[in-house]
Amino acid sequence: MAASVAGAAGTSAATRPASVSARGWGWRHAGRTAPAVQGLDLDIRPGERVLLLGASGAGKSTLLHALAGVLGDDDDGADEAGTLLIDGTPPRGQRGRAGLMQQDPETQVVLSRLGDDVAFGAENLAVPRDEIWRRVGEALDDVGLGGLALDHPTSALSGGQKQRLALAGILAMRPGLVLLDEPTANLDPAGVLEVRDAVGRSLDKTGATLIVVEHRVAVWKDLVDRIVVLQPGLSASGAQQSAVLLDGPPAEVLAEAGRMLAAAGVWVPGLVPATRPRSNSGSGELLLAAERLAVSRDPARRRGRVPGRRLPVQSGIDAEVSAGRALTVTGPNGAGKSTFALTLAGLLAPAEGKVSAAVGLAAGAGTDPFKWKAKQLIARIGTVFQEPEHQFVTGTVLDELMVGPRHLGRGAEAVDELLARLRLDHLTEANPYTLSGGEKRRLSVATVLAARPKVLVLDEPTFGQDARTWAELASFLTELLDAGTAVVSVTHDEEFSAVLGGTELRLGSARLEAGAA
Amino acid sequence: MREALAIGGNSALLTRANPLAKFAAVVFITAVLAVSIDWVSAATALAAEFALFGLAGLTLRLLWQRGWPLIIAAAVGGWSTAILSADSGRILVDAGIWSISEGSLELGLGFMLRGLAIALPAILLMSCTDPTDLADALAQKARLPHRFVLGTLAAMRLVGLMAEEWQTIGMARRARGIGSHGTPLQRLRATLGQSFGLLVQAVRRATRLAVTMEARGFGGAGRTWARESTFGRIDIWVVLGGALIAGAALAAAVTAGTWNPVLS
Repeated sequence: MAASVAGAAGTSAATRPASVSARGWGWRHAGRTAPAVQGLDLDIRPGERVLLLGASGAGKSTLLHALAGVLGDDDDGADEAGTLLIDGTPPRGQRGRAGLMQQDPETQVVLSRLGDDVAFGAENLAVPRDEIWRRVGEALDDVGLGGLALDHPTSALSGGQKQRLALAGILAMRPGLVLLDEPTANLDPAGVLEVRDAVGRSLDKTGATLIVVEHRVAVWKDLVDRIVVLQPGLSASGAQQSAVLLDGPPAEVLAEAGRMLAAAGVWVPGLVPATRPRSNSGSGELLLAAERLAVSRDPARRRGRVPGRRLPVQSGIDAEVSAGRALTVTGPNGAGKSTFALTLAGLLAPAEGKVSAAVGLAAGAGTDPFKWKAKQLIARIGTVFQEPEHQFVTGTVLDELMVGPRHLGRGAEAVDELLARLRLDHLTEANPYTLSGGEKRRLSVATVLAARPKVLVLDEPTFGQDARTWAELASFLTELLDAGTAVVSVTHDEEFSAVLGGTELRLGSARLEAGAA
Repeated sequence: MREALAIGGNSALLTRANPLAKFAAVVFITAVLAVSIDWVSAATALAAEFALFGLAGLTLRLLWQRGWPLIIAAAVGGWSTAILSADSGRILVDAGIWSISEGSLELGLGFMLRGLAIALPAILLMSCTDPTDLADALAQKARLPHRFVLGTLAAMRLVGLMAEEWQTIGMARRARGIGSHGTPLQRLRATLGQSFGLLVQAVRRATRLAVTMEARGFGGAGRTWARESTFGRIDIWVVLGGALIAGAALAAAVTAGTWNPVLS
């Protein structure tokens, strides 16, 4: 058996593009009452390239997982209806026919050496050894990583490189169907283009069928030849409806339904979501200053140890944070933007130089934010982390919002207002971990603001967000700025910076290159 | 943690030996030292092990970084044996119920040397063995189930990530007003909360990694290996070397008359 599989895989050097066909297909995950997908009818021809859009909850990821054969079995308690076929056969049992890339780059890497990681899939398909290494070299060239040594450590790759590595691992399996589930949501703009171009190049070469799920249409629209928009199988009123809302060439779909898609949160090219403009320019009262600051994530040495052992990622940073003003921190990956923001926010000790709070902010708590007690910190500087889940500490949305006020001995007034303002009022009893991406982001901002800090620090707040959450967040921040809060954001998102206004602090990739703009 | 597991850049001779051969050598040495608690056999093995540092690409600095818990444990074990074991011979230090005699000092020294001599081969093995090569050898040569071996290998990669995540979650919780200060009870609760946060992230990451592996065809019956795990001439030398060190330690102890088997 194994030998015949090896023979078949070894001789099929060329890729055979796969067809996909769904007839009344539906899937309900184990333990859920509502199906994730219902009544899906869809045909994709071999070699077609499809961009799959739809509001969150429309079942896009479920479809991709089903096609990749990783959805689990019916005996797990899940329910399948209708048929879903690749080349006329169910996907499970066709290992290697489809290759799947997910969103989180860290979990797309399996092994610690570059070449081994690419070889992993081909090994599992019992491809002969010589053929594996031939494919590894070819796949790495195709994704533009051919210049790296085969034993290059995968942990030393950037996010964009990790996703290209994952693509190489998929290509080495010679799949007829490439499935990308938000492959660039966690990447900076340069990484997004790297991955998009690598996908385009390799598909031009192999002719494989592509299905990509992504919010940002502009990135993919020239690469795909069809857009399919999914919707939940049950309408809001509970009526059955077709799972496919729209289907056609990109230009047609966008012309016909651009506004509707934008309203549903899809990033439609040429449509920047409307945001609330600022109505004043802030008092400009100085709240927080960084002087000749060097930042590092290495843990601070205890007293009495030799100082200067922490290797800074960035040094010589001067910056000022003022009431009602925005400060945007930009720069390439690895420039130490997040590390700087965390240091400014009193969460990391400065490696050199200092962060000092002005009297108006410190309010009797000393000038060094890092030395403040946690309780003192949250009432003064609030920090929203890139990954909302890192900050969840309770079991319900309401408890989550009450943490800050409770610590500070305050009432729930601020909480009710935030719940309504950030559209979380219908979710008060929900577990934070079960929320959608946009809801998690809104909750993480709300929880920090519940302590009413004068300075708000946000690390990549718009990463992976749909257009609707983006616009709500940006508008909400302009309100905060108008009300006198200082907003510091680390971001690659130029449109977002433009809405907030204020000054830009650009950190260079080389050390000592920093300076306030 | 990530650094501790990586052997990147180490091109020493022993990195080219098969991990199973190195493992066999370690077993030989450990077996002899586990049988006796005399200091001569331990000192002989230890001296030979130090001589191998260059071949394994290990330095004293790296040794301390990777093996400090074991080194401290050996020292503490030796010290407590010296002060607590039954006195024999001349009394050197007497502090009431604690006393150190020549006999107990010898026993303590033997205990410490033995601890080090047993720990060191394991550290040597780790420092010149890539986890991927070890997994290859275990699955291909030792015939352990490949699903188990490769699953463990992939999970080990996540351990390094978890160390970074721990720091991030600690900061994220401080930003929510939950500090790691206060009474021991409060600190314990803060640590438990942080551990729970890490656990949730670990489970999520592990689930996604499992999907990645399954989507790459992992878990089927037939599998080929891109890297062949082979035995070569160097492996004969490695096994012989291990046997030689074990034999030398035994012979030295018997000659010196200190051979003192635990089970006799």
